[in-house]
Amino acid sequence: MSIHHHLSDTTLGAFTAGTLIETISLVVASHISICPDCRKRQDQLENIGGIQLQFAEPEGMSSDALQKAMIKLGKQELTPVFSPADTSPLSSSSGTALSFGNPEVPKPLRAYIPDRLEDVEWKPIAPGIKYFAMEGLKTANGTLSLLKIAPGVNIPEHGHQGIELTQVLKGSFRDEIGRFGVGDIADFDSDIKHQPIADTNEACICLIATEAPLKFTGLLPRLVQYFSVM
Amino acid sequence: MSKQRQFGLESREKKLPDFSMLLLSVGQNQDKAAFADIFQHFAPRIKSYMLKLGSIDDVAEELAQQTLLKVWRKAQLFDPEKAAASTWIFRIARNIRIDALRKQKHFFDDDYDLEGIADEQENAENKVSREQKSLNVTLALSALPKDQTRIIRLSFYDGLSHSEIANQLEIPLGTVKSRIRLAFGHLRKSTHLESGEMA
Repeated sequence: MSIHHHLSDTTLGAFTAGTLIETISLVVASHISICPDCRKRQDQLENIGGIQLQFAEPEGMSSDALQKAMIKLGKQELTPVFSPADTSPLSSSSGTALSFGNPEVPKPLRAYIPDRLEDVEWKPIAPGIKYFAMEGLKTANGTLSLLKIAPGVNIPEHGHQGIELTQVLKGSFRDEIGRFGVGDIADFDSDIKHQPIADTNEACICLIATEAPLKFTGLLPRLVQYFSVM
Repeated sequence: MSKQRQFGLESREKKLPDFSMLLLSVGQNQDKAAFADIFQHFAPRIKSYMLKLGSIDDVAEELAQQTLLKVWRKAQLFDPEKAAASTWIFRIARNIRIDALRKQKHFFDDDYDLEGIADEQENAENKVSREQKSLNVTLALSALPKDQTRIIRLSFYDGLSHSEIANQLEIPLGTVKSRIRLAFGHLRKSTHLESGEMA
């Protein structure tokens, strides 16, 4: 998989700082799990976060804080470490966390959608557009939609309030900005209006997170909107 | 706050301890004295980080305690070739804050955050001390103009969006973006940071 569209510094920075809402964070984590470039950039931003922490203005802890901690230390269970010689499947399997292979469904998403996209039970919501309700994630401030868009079909033109992140899981789409294939992330600010279209003979499956409900402009799109905020 | 103070030139003169060495000693020998040194430095700063991000005093202190206890518990997983001590502690503090405060799940990769599992592109040349790399970034940050360091801080530590920064500093959004662009251009030149798409 070759990834051409990456996370913006702004989105990656807010993710790194831990201030993004859950829906957006999930899509960011999903992209990072398959994108070594963004993983590396996240490291660098965390490095900056660490430096800022190390040199932050201290805030007084209560006078017995250290003493309290020291008492608790004895009661802590330490995390066992595998010796270097231990190359059991158990220890090596943790290495797959960042193997940047080519999973159809990136690891962070597997708690919310089936491991294989062919097992997803889609609901049609508009001609050429199907929808899967992802459960188990709070979406109080944002929306999360898994969509399957038939070849040649447009997602209606829409604008956003706040961030909209779209990760392509299968197929591809094209819009005013460019072409987005498997693994690519479209990271759009609120000032962008666009109308993506599935541009090959394969259906495009993509995961879309927004900070706020999409603002569709037409009549039919209200149906999509209805489902995407559920 | 002067930028020297913010990013450590002053502290360098004071000879901060080598936190990677201390953390290693905690991990390998359950060294309580080393842990106490780490606690004394980081706990009050983690508390200040939690306060800045909206916790009340008691909660900030409790989260700082939890962070340091996790540092103790997980220290055996720390690998100085994979992360600077400050980066590693920052990740723990951040993840604890998300899990505890927002009662949400964080989506960071715990395996990576604690063990720094190498990605396949990691090569020998990269395996220099992260502490050294971190120092290079510290120096580069402290060399930036003050208006740029402030924005980097608000963006990547306090986690504000560009428009929130614009509101807070009462400057146009375009100025925020151009300062971030300038700052990153500078940092990349002096530390070989990867380039990203500038939003």
